[in-house]
Amino acid sequence: MSIFNFFRQAPRKSVAEEAKERLQIVLAHERAAGSSPDYLPILQRELLAVIAKYVQIDEKKVEVSFERGGDYSTLEVNIELPPPSPDKGVRTRGTATNTAGGDAASAAKAATAAKRA
Amino acid sequence: MAKVIVMTSGKGGVGKTTSSAAFATGLALRGFKTVVIDFDVGLRNLDLIMGCERRVVFDFVNVINGEAKLNQALIKDKRVENLFILPTSQTRDKDALTKEGVEKILDELKKDFDYILCDSPAGIEKGALMALYFADHAIIVTNPEVSSVRDSDRILGVLASKSRRAELNQEPVQEHLLLTRYDPERVERGDMLKVDDVLEILAIPLLGVVPESTAVLRASNIGMPVTLDEKSNANKAYTDAVARFLGETVEHRFMKPEKKGFLDRLLRRTA
Repeated sequence: MSIFNFFRQAPRKSVAEEAKERLQIVLAHERAAGSSPDYLPILQRELLAVIAKYVQIDEKKVEVSFERGGDYSTLEVNIELPPPSPDKGVRTRGTATNTAGGDAASAAKAATAAKRA
Repeated sequence: MAKVIVMTSGKGGVGKTTSSAAFATGLALRGFKTVVIDFDVGLRNLDLIMGCERRVVFDFVNVINGEAKLNQALIKDKRVENLFILPTSQTRDKDALTKEGVEKILDELKKDFDYILCDSPAGIEKGALMALYFADHAIIVTNPEVSSVRDSDRILGVLASKSRRAELNQEPVQEHLLLTRYDPERVERGDMLKVDDVLEILAIPLLGVVPESTAVLRASNIGMPVTLDEKSNANKAYTDAVARFLGETVEHRFMKPEKKGFLDRLLRRTA
């Protein structure tokens, strides 16, 4: 029985076919990366810095991607905010941010008022 | 109008210099006044392959720096009419080549030559960028092997973005694939990438397939471009490639294993 199975085995993929498949996969990735503009990493870093001023975020949860289309290209920025946590400490921090925001708003209002005056 | 051709690959050791020597010789044999320039500053080797290493007095960098005149540095081939070699310098100075310097020399050569063939160093650093920057045509030398194909893809990307034609938004550099060290028997056994596989991946027109040949090492040993070794298959493949480059239709050969006769098998003769 086993000898028949041996002859029935599906023909193995040749190493050349495997080479071709691996090349196609790796080049698809590299070509996509190669077509994105050079400024993406810097953009991501700067965005992160700005957002971190207001919200506490995980560095790894910010994604900046660039897709080249026929007529137009899309720049996609994906930021995952932390879930509202029942933990008291975090909530306090959130409130603190709000207060700070409020302060800034009132400060801005004050500045406008000063200009009007 | 003179045409500038770059022989490039990204990866080293795939046969750029061998192909440059063979192709330039092939063009000259067809009656075109041709100069082949070594861009591999620091690692001069084209002179050895062309067999003129003992005639080098001044080099490419000397001319750029104004230390020698162009015609003092050009070496006229002793075997083939119309063929000239411009050797590179052995300096370690990375910045020896400048865009302005190279452009000045190419402009001067364009007045006198039909074809200027730039033999690129491996990599995608300055020397390689300088060799491809002014090109009208690029011959991508590739081996049927994963790292070579990947690097060829990279160099095609560089040509499309960093060449002068790309920067000035002109018609793109014309790309040609030269597949070297092809072994039809290993392809038949499924051990080596097929021509069609490489063509499908790189998607550029095929200029020629050069079979793995013992004639290449033999020719380099004695400093003779392989296009002068009349009997070898490598010579025939390069001569065909030159004809295709000039616009002729020549059927591809050396893509199938050779049928060996009884005597050949007995004597284990190779190409």
